[in-house]
Amino acid sequence: MSVSTTHPAGVAQPRPFDGLLSWLGDVWVMTRRNLIHIRREPMQLSDVTIQPVLFTLLFIYVFGSAMVLAGGGSYKEFALAGLLTMNLTTSTVGTAIGLSMDLSTGVINRLRTLPMSPTSILVGRTVSDLVAAALCSTIVAATGLAVGWRPTTGLAEVLAGFGVALLFSYALTWVNACLGMAVSGPESAQGIVFIVIFPLAFVSNVFVPTQGMPSWLATIANWNPVSAVASACRTLFGNPNPSSVIHAWPMQHPVAAAVGWSVLILLVCVPLAGRLYQRRTRD
Amino acid sequence: MNNTNMIEAAALSKRYGETQALDGVDLEVPAGSILGVLGPNGAGKTTGVRILTTLTTPDSGWARVAGHNVVTEAAAVRRKIGVTGQDTTLDDALSGRQNLVMIGQLSRLRRAEARRRAAELLELFELDAAADRVVKGYSGGMRRRLDLAASLLMRPPVLFLDEPTTGLDPTSRQRMWGLIRGLVADGVTLWLTTQYLDEADSLADRIAVIDHGRVIAQGTPRELKAATGSQLLEVTLVASHAGAAAALADLATGPVKVTDEGRRLRAPVRSDSGLATAALRALDRAGALVDDIAVHRPSLDDVFATLTGTSTVLPDDLVAEGAPA
Repeated sequence: MSVSTTHPAGVAQPRPFDGLLSWLGDVWVMTRRNLIHIRREPMQLSDVTIQPVLFTLLFIYVFGSAMVLAGGGSYKEFALAGLLTMNLTTSTVGTAIGLSMDLSTGVINRLRTLPMSPTSILVGRTVSDLVAAALCSTIVAATGLAVGWRPTTGLAEVLAGFGVALLFSYALTWVNACLGMAVSGPESAQGIVFIVIFPLAFVSNVFVPTQGMPSWLATIANWNPVSAVASACRTLFGNPNPSSVIHAWPMQHPVAAAVGWSVLILLVCVPLAGRLYQRRTRD
Repeated sequence: MNNTNMIEAAALSKRYGETQALDGVDLEVPAGSILGVLGPNGAGKTTGVRILTTLTTPDSGWARVAGHNVVTEAAAVRRKIGVTGQDTTLDDALSGRQNLVMIGQLSRLRRAEARRRAAELLELFELDAAADRVVKGYSGGMRRRLDLAASLLMRPPVLFLDEPTTGLDPTSRQRMWGLIRGLVADGVTLWLTTQYLDEADSLADRIAVIDHGRVIAQGTPRELKAATGSQLLEVTLVASHAGAAAALADLATGPVKVTDEGRRLRAPVRSDSGLATAALRALDRAGALVDDIAVHRPSLDDVFATLTGTSTVLPDDLVAEGAPA
């Protein structure tokens, strides 16, 4: 007898929305579990606490001392949105590493034999990394304020700026979730930082205006989602934004571009992550 | 379905690349009993557990656990089973208690109930002193006990234990056995895979021996021993003798093996009384001088080795009834 004919189709299908509440409960349990991990593992915690402070101080004092911005304004004011974007971009690698770590141990096997919702494993992972990203943003902002960065717009705009940056960071955690499941183990996941995330973070306007780049590189940088996010934050914080005079569409409409990129990434990567998870755990 | 069987598998097959991990396995486990699934490494034991616990799907055949099809009703099966795998499935960065509470909540227990049940199991499994320490620092035996506790949070009626004592020291093994016996006293149906015959012998109601993905024998421990339980006659001669093997052939139930340049003879024999005397007389008639003669009862490991074909002592044709056609 074949498997598919053992039972009439549909009889045993779990009902859709088999309790939205229990799904949320599962997501919450998984999120909390991952947050305990971040708290207990110094390397992971330093990615969102010490590193942002260090980078902020390094860039503002080391680079800032020699930097003259095209169009005027202080480098400190310019750099903060870039640092926020860069930190939120690089810290998303934690998702790839954490997920591939779970897949390489027996933990996922245990979870898969439980009557829990399988999607909460992925969602819980990305939500806990979003919490870590929010912590990271707070630390960047506090460090910035301590060294003299000042937004010049209202509270609503400033919060919107952080919101755009966090939305983008959340979208990137799903890219990393996909990468984490595509690679063979946690060590390869580490390699993602250099192959994907670093170029993404640096070939952009986060640290220097793109005007000085060779034109082919400038074109890439102007269309890089990371540049859109940094520009959006600069606009929303009321900080100097030399990219606003560039004729590329994302540089003219940085907030729309940043949100658009984030939504597009989520639309592609969330279903893809689900597919990869199924394939990865099939046998 | 037959209501008295908590686990049923029919013609289960699964292939991984070149390896036929399972090759048409039929097994049934009545409610409240223990099936010991015995086999060497790579026999297909773990693949069987993975299919029955919904971790993977069979290529063909079907299986039901607690009345639910493991493929089409996987979610319902997961509400009825507890699983302790060969590899520990604990979260190293959490404490023992946090592990149990998490699994309890994901098993649909309320948080308060999960905490209460976790405390109960930690005490029962003598882990309460280490409950709030991170699992990374646990010993092998403690991990296994916590892993078993993790399978019991929602009191599943069906339990799968995949080599629960492999790699444990004798004391920890005895402790695990005690815990497992306690579970069965509570009426749990248990599927226990093991490489150790004494473990299956001591815990299981029935034993299925699998090798190369097939069930090659099954029955109660006593039946299995009887099926392969012929004795082994071992004779050492003063010097090799051409007629010695022929002289023993009448007593033997299988081929007589001759080693040590003809000085040593081994043969499976029936456990008749006066066997050693009969053997000596036969050898004497043939004119062979005997240095040493012994009749061995096969150990449980010999039975296992014979069935799985890894034996060098007993001939290969000594296989239990119920072997594949």
